[in-house]
Amino acid sequence: MRGCSSRAKLAHGRDTAVCMTNCPTLIVTVGLPARGKTYISKKLTRYLNWIGVPTREFNVGQYRRECVKIYKSFEFFRPDNEEGLKIRRQCASAALNDVRQYLTEDGGQVAVFDATNTTRERRDTIIQFAEQNGFKVFFVESVCEDPDVIQENIVQVKLGSPDYTNCNTEEAAEDFMKRIKCYENSYEPLDEVLDRDLSFIKIMDVGQRYLVNRVLDHIQSRIVYYLMNIHITPRSIYLCRHGESELNVNGRIGGDSGLTPRGKEFGKKLSQFLQTQGISDLKVWTSQMKRTIQTAESLSVPYEQWKVLNEIDAGVCEEMMYEEIQDHFPLEFALRDQDKYRYRYPKGESYEDLVQRLEPVIMELERQENVLVICHQAVMRCLLAYFLDKTAEELPYLKCPLHTVLKLTPVAYGCKVESISLNVDAVNTHRERPEVGISLEAHRRAHTHPQEDGSVWPDMAFSPRAFSSTGCTVQASAFLLTHGVNLTPNPQHSKHPTRK
Amino acid sequence: MEFPQLEYLRRRRCDSAVNTEQKKLTQTPLLKIWVPWMGCSLNRRRGSSVPQFCNSPTMIVMVGLPARGKTYISKKLTRYLNWIGVPTKMFNVGQYRREAVKIYKNFEFFKPDNEEAMKIRKACATAALKDVAAYFSKEQGQVAVFDATNTTRERRAIILSYAKERGYKVFFVESICDDPEIIAENIKQVKFGSPDYVDRDIDEALEDFSRRIECYRASYMPMDDEEDRKLSYIKIFDVGSRYLVNRVQDHIQSRIVYYLMNIHVTPRSIYLSRHGESELNLLGRIGGDSGLSPRGQKYANALATFIRGQNIRELKVWTSHMKRTIQTAEALGVQYEQWKALNEIDAGVCEELTYEEIQENFPEEFALRDQDKYRYRYPKGESYEDLVHRLEPVIMELERQENVLVVCHQAIFRCLLAYFLDKPADELPYLRCPLHTVLKLTPVAYGCKVESFFLNIEAVNTHRERQAGHYGQKKPYLNKKSREKKINRKQL
Repeated sequence: MRGCSSRAKLAHGRDTAVCMTNCPTLIVTVGLPARGKTYISKKLTRYLNWIGVPTREFNVGQYRRECVKIYKSFEFFRPDNEEGLKIRRQCASAALNDVRQYLTEDGGQVAVFDATNTTRERRDTIIQFAEQNGFKVFFVESVCEDPDVIQENIVQVKLGSPDYTNCNTEEAAEDFMKRIKCYENSYEPLDEVLDRDLSFIKIMDVGQRYLVNRVLDHIQSRIVYYLMNIHITPRSIYLCRHGESELNVNGRIGGDSGLTPRGKEFGKKLSQFLQTQGISDLKVWTSQMKRTIQTAESLSVPYEQWKVLNEIDAGVCEEMMYEEIQDHFPLEFALRDQDKYRYRYPKGESYEDLVQRLEPVIMELERQENVLVICHQAVMRCLLAYFLDKTAEELPYLKCPLHTVLKLTPVAYGCKVESISLNVDAVNTHRERPEVGISLEAHRRAHTHPQEDGSVWPDMAFSPRAFSSTGCTVQASAFLLTHGVNLTPNPQHSKHPTRK
Repeated sequence: MEFPQLEYLRRRRCDSAVNTEQKKLTQTPLLKIWVPWMGCSLNRRRGSSVPQFCNSPTMIVMVGLPARGKTYISKKLTRYLNWIGVPTKMFNVGQYRREAVKIYKNFEFFKPDNEEAMKIRKACATAALKDVAAYFSKEQGQVAVFDATNTTRERRAIILSYAKERGYKVFFVESICDDPEIIAENIKQVKFGSPDYVDRDIDEALEDFSRRIECYRASYMPMDDEEDRKLSYIKIFDVGSRYLVNRVQDHIQSRIVYYLMNIHVTPRSIYLSRHGESELNLLGRIGGDSGLSPRGQKYANALATFIRGQNIRELKVWTSHMKRTIQTAEALGVQYEQWKALNEIDAGVCEELTYEEIQENFPEEFALRDQDKYRYRYPKGESYEDLVHRLEPVIMELERQENVLVVCHQAIFRCLLAYFLDKPADELPYLRCPLHTVLKLTPVAYGCKVESFFLNIEAVNTHRERQAGHYGQKKPYLNKKSREKKINRKQL
């Protein structure tokens, strides 16, 4: 029921084609430089893709960097620089063209048009473009006058930008402040009266205050809710699984068993580890299954049990070993390997179902500060995929070993990941992606360009993002898989903007 | 609530020394929550089975001129919060005033220079605040909705300091509207029927009420962007066309804002129906994923005819992922959406059993369920409480939508109905939701009009009355034969 994901839609009647009942949405950011527009764009894109709404961001600055290979100085942005203006207008057009392609031909549902868009004239152009193509428009404006916040933004993301690779810190900061000035005079913020017929949210002072106008539909309402829940206060999220369980040791999936002695050892080590971390005000969340609760009990702090953090329900396969599943349900076993993300156990769940039930957890994680989530393999994969922007194809194969804590710290536009193994042995419950006849992953790798821009953060698990769900129903995608139709993206998509 | 077997186990362990290291976990029989044993003196559990979203109690304070929808919002919000499990109560100062001043004469009571009346009104507000405090401290209330005009900064300051002294959080909800049509409609819908105007004719009432509004207007100080920038509030403009949200402090305020931003007042109807009679229904078995029986199929066709006859504008149709609701919807011949969240309650180990079989094989579970049907969770299954949690996004989307037909299941139906009709948790699992009957819910005034349509296709009765038994007493359940005798009874 979110946009056009495969989770909830089935078209009926004469056509059996994929159903797209909502028209695509164009989200347009508005704001002076260093107001968090790209931060918001990337985060929103990541969230929407995770909940199953195919979304992509189009950063006009990227287009400009590809057009004007070398950035000289802020002079490029002066309002009287005719040459500069021409190039910038062209870049915006090129980006809009790609937006149109993405939303009408490539199965996109939401496009985030990330640029300053500070003049009414520019915004009118975009509105016209959207009307011509049947897109809904939703503006997201970020207004901030707090010099500390702006300074911090500049330090975090501008100094490392390709524009300033050859400048020292002071030069870069100075040039950037002058760049902001170039926009200030012509900045026409969204106005309650003049823009009363537009749909928008104005975010003021990093979320202190919001003005929301004319929310038209479900997806806009979800976007508003999400934007109103995120914050930028520094914090860390710790993800780990329960300690090794009895069923783990027997090679069985699911169930509700207790910890083995090694699992209990992990609980103790976890407690020690957390003390060394010196975290203020740590919230601890577990599922309602015995093994996570037992693990939390070792911490001797209050914890909250969430039913939605329970492990994936394997239905008829609960408490079986993989070999037994292969014996008793060979077809199911094969189907699961074909599309592990969408495959639903008989009388059970799929990873896709998991994502849907974990959405409130993600929303609450966004609201909170320091949190430790003690959960399960499939659940941890879903949460990790959200924070690290992993695709549906990669999600079910993310490595989440027992007795290892992942510490996620949001930084710049992404997430720093530290993997800390607590040195307690455990069985390995990870099952690699098997070699199937038509491997979605292999096909995708063969057709996309590798990611540009090497990692700045050595620990960050960054990898090329493949195309997300194209909005098929479960039956439809199974059909496509068995008949060798690939779901690869348009090669052009490699314009996927990288971090600055 | 004490469970006899817990009591027994507890007495046993009281003697042995409590091991502070790894305490053994046990699953509570009713909720199926794992809890550690801590002996009899320390009864507190470290774990909480319900995410703790509210710590200090919260006061929601309405602000706005008369006829701006404050009571409508208050009642709706209260209903929603109670349904999702946050104990909430509404305090309408107008009610206090009506109790203090038995007979309402006219608008002169509200004139700003009426000293006598001012004293009474202030006393009423104070009395209401006192009741708020009692609700929080003595009745474990979590949220109180203080419904009054609260149009002056002075009045709001009194409330703020009252709350601050006691450690309550305050969140203001202001409704601003100058559309004369909306105001006239409000007055028509709820004011004419008010006890204040019970002896007047419509024109008199309208005239008097308009002058009443004028009394407030001169001294009305809306929440101000600058002056009130430290307060937490939402300003709703023109029935939801625009919102200004300032300083949301915590989870519950964030949920309240989300809810308020999704509700609307456009007239519409919500149709609730169960799937047609299923094969498992006929066998008296619960759960499962069977198809429709022949009578069930007839119902699906009858439903299609009924819906067409209703001439509903732009109807959305929702089903679960289970075969029987989908088969029912198929007969309608229109597009529909499948929601996994609308699947029937998961009966875990009891899936596809008859009630007799459950009573035989799981007698303790069977008895526990009757003790607290709302919170009881089937082993490896769900409770009604779990259902409400997973249905919340459905309710939110129903609020956003206009005309919708929801084809679902008995337990789901009960949860949704409880939301719309404001039924408490202990009534919810016993609401009557017979097969082959459509309920049409139309929001009106402060509540919901309910029309029930039995489509004249016979079906089994799947309703089980509240049991007045004692724990352990095996109550014989109606066997299939005596159930069949009920078949020809008209439902509801």
